[in-house]
Amino acid sequence: MTDRQHQPSGAILPLSLQGVGLFRDGKRVIKDVDCTFEGREDNAPGKTFIVGPNGAGKSLLLRICHGLVRPDEGRVIWLGDAAKDANTVKKRQAMVFQRPVLLRRSAQANIDFALSLRGIPRSERSDRVQALLQQTGLGRLAKTPARALSFGEQQRLALARALAIEPELLYLDEPTASLDPASAHMVEDLVEQAVSKGTRVIMSSHDLAQTARMADDVIFMHRGRIKERAVAADFFNAPKNDLARDFLDGKLLWWRRRSIYGSEGEPCG
Amino acid sequence: MDTFLDALSAAFALIFAGDADLLQILSLSLQVSLSAVAIAVLIGMPLGGLIAIRRFPGRQVLIVVFNALMGLPPVVVGLGVYLLLSRSGPFGVFGLLYTPTAMIIAQVILVVPIIVSLTRQTLDALWREYSETLNSLAASPAQSLVAVLWDARFSLITAVLAGLGRAIAEVGAVMIVGGNIDSVTRVMTTAIALEASKGELALALGLGIILLLVSVCLNLFGHGMTRLVTNEATQ
Repeated sequence: MTDRQHQPSGAILPLSLQGVGLFRDGKRVIKDVDCTFEGREDNAPGKTFIVGPNGAGKSLLLRICHGLVRPDEGRVIWLGDAAKDANTVKKRQAMVFQRPVLLRRSAQANIDFALSLRGIPRSERSDRVQALLQQTGLGRLAKTPARALSFGEQQRLALARALAIEPELLYLDEPTASLDPASAHMVEDLVEQAVSKGTRVIMSSHDLAQTARMADDVIFMHRGRIKERAVAADFFNAPKNDLARDFLDGKLLWWRRRSIYGSEGEPCG
Repeated sequence: MDTFLDALSAAFALIFAGDADLLQILSLSLQVSLSAVAIAVLIGMPLGGLIAIRRFPGRQVLIVVFNALMGLPPVVVGLGVYLLLSRSGPFGVFGLLYTPTAMIIAQVILVVPIIVSLTRQTLDALWREYSETLNSLAASPAQSLVAVLWDARFSLITAVLAGLGRAIAEVGAVMIVGGNIDSVTRVMTTAIALEASKGELALALGLGIILLLVSVCLNLFGHGMTRLVTNEATQ
């Protein structure tokens, strides 16, 4: 906590991970992760992308940051002024998962639920719900059961629900991995809009073209470790890490990962 | 074979005559069992939900215990409640023995384990799906509990019907704590037992047929409600 920085009141960022490690089934799946995510006030990048092969630990790292998974080693520290209260920290973050999990309710009720959890009065909720549905192109599907929506619509709804609480920090776990190009494009647009409004985004992605297009800075993970963190342009033009270079060249092959994992087991990601 | 035909005609005669005694017994049966199920739902659903969504030491033991309690013999429960409510028992001062209230208490004890276990099982599956998302949305345990109970409400109708079936069909507990007093604590099952012991087999069976019909109607109602709303609102 020696590097505590004072942000304008109200921010929970920066977020600092110190020596974070995680075990699953006796295997170390996250190792020695040290990194800091600055708040937007520091002119820090708005979008950090986490890339790496399957099983690198990208999703787990997002979950550790978000507090869904408690690390076995190290600390997750919130350094912002508003971060003294754990409840505030929890309520200022949102996450969209690779497979959207929606409540067995209508599209609008899903968003309404997220707002109600923040204690927003019923009278204000309705307008905000409709605005979010319009913004995500789901206006005419407001009353449709969420689980009857197409996969792309479900993911947009999950994103709308996450954005409803106007999070300071938004985690996206490969949100476009299972979407067709048009749906993926819509999701990307919505993410960009949120970033332009001041939301800090940490997103994992398998799509290098998407990463190159959107990312401000990139974290490259391999076997549970952060191997490189760089500004996006630098990462793509001149990666310093050999594995990162192989990864970008498409040479970090499945068999090679597997042979490496053979000794230590395969982390889940 | 004659007995069955006599039973059928007895049942129809009772139904169409609108026999006052029958209506009184039937209404007490429904009153006692529906009250017991309502109270058991209020206790059992939150409890079953908590066991489903919280992780605590002894959780597995609790699950096994409630599963086992689903098979509680009604006479044993009746005896236990009798001892508690009898004059010399710890709750004797309330003078509840041989009242419908005592019957409700006994049936609540019989039904709660069913509601708890079936609720827990239903919500277990939903919680596996929801837990990460609700956690991410910063829902408190209480808010999470309400959310899963609400979203599983149509599946939970089955639990309610199972509880109701248990309550309305049991005879051992209400016989012991109610005493089968005419116009006071006589319900369908105790009336059937009485008529059978008197050798009025046709009448007993007739009452049984009526009880069965009531039970079928309640289940049809529950089933219809589930289908109606699952088609409409949830997937």
